[in-house]
Amino acid sequence: MSDLQLELEILRYDPEQDQEPRFQTYSVPCQEEWVVLDAINYVKDHIDSTLSYRWSCHMAVCGSCGMMIDGEPKLACKAFVRDYVNKTVRIEPLANFPIERDLVSVLDDFMNKLRRVKPYLIRKEEKPLSEGEYRQTPAELNKYKQYTLCINCLCCYAACPQYALIPEFIGPAALTMAHRYNQDSRDQGRAQREEETASHEGVWDCAFADACSLVCPKHVDPASALQQMKITSTVDWYLEHLGMGGKKS
Amino acid sequence: MSRRPYVRRISTTTWYLKKKRDLVHMIQELTSLFVGIYGILLLWGVKALSEGPEAYGAFLEALTGPLSLAFHWVAFPLVLYHAISWFNVTHKAMPIQRGEEFLPGKYIVGAHYVVWIGFSLVVLFVAGVF
Ligand code: FES
Repeated sequence: MSDLQLELEILRYDPEQDQEPRFQTYSVPCQEEWVVLDAINYVKDHIDSTLSYRWSCHMAVCGSCGMMIDGEPKLACKAFVRDYVNKTVRIEPLANFPIERDLVSVLDDFMNKLRRVKPYLIRKEEKPLSEGEYRQTPAELNKYKQYTLCINCLCCYAACPQYALIPEFIGPAALTMAHRYNQDSRDQGRAQREEETASHEGVWDCAFADACSLVCPKHVDPASALQQMKITSTVDWYLEHLGMGGKKS
Repeated sequence: MSRRPYVRRISTTTWYLKKKRDLVHMIQELTSLFVGIYGILLLWGVKALSEGPEAYGAFLEALTGPLSLAFHWVAFPLVLYHAISWFNVTHKAMPIQRGEEFLPGKYIVGAHYVVWIGFSLVVLFVAGVF
């Protein structure tokens, strides 16, 4: 039983036919408890099977359904249709990324940047297996836990005015992931990461607009991570240049 | 199947007019200009002070002119807005962890206001306001 009718104005772009994107409107009978992703799935299944978009989990875990809904970057599986009744809802691929096709964005830029910040545990010396695991207290875990919640949906990049203006900016999610490992008591790789994160393309391109944190569907608060990194990298820079032992590890 | 990604261009001069959030951010950024002007004003005063009572008197005199008053009516609220909007996000830049939990942000923000008021009182006291 459909409870409400939603008008979806979806951006379409076929790289083989279109010179530029266009909008196509679909009228979708929705149920009260549907999310926008359900409505888009309805279009794909019942109205227009040529529509391309990404999704997988339908539960705000996989991070693949990030898109612009009514001008805001959101997870389509977390945005309820009941919040958009009585108006035409514009659905576009994530802002600030090239469009591959329809609602599918090209994410190569982010993938390359993520690689650059070395988002994994770095040890100066691995201890032998016989010495057992690296143990951590709950307090040490809490220090970075919030930043592990990122699902790489890239809504933060779509909201970030700095990334929009400076495409070289490493950006919120990748830098936050660097911070997550810097904060991990088992890690010793901050100095290595700072080659990228403290560079011009790193945290210093952030103007603390806070947009990333406002749109983050997982409340990771990337803006807080980046501001903390600014302080740490400043301290590290002074320590290094005053010859006081340099960066931690 | 050929790949031909489409890049949406944004205007580098008017992008912030499209979204209220961006506009507010730009206003916050622009208010920093007035913080800068206040800084220059302060340096000017210090320079005048170093040049003797006459120069300093002229500096104080200039501050009471209508142009100066008009400037302060505009600049003071903007600098106040700048300071407040920064103080309100300080807990993001310097979270404090106590044991397993983090101190609620309001204490960190509050501490900034307390220090700010404290410093202001000292300055007003030194200036002979009370
Ligand atoms: S479909 Fe997985 S996050 Fe939305």
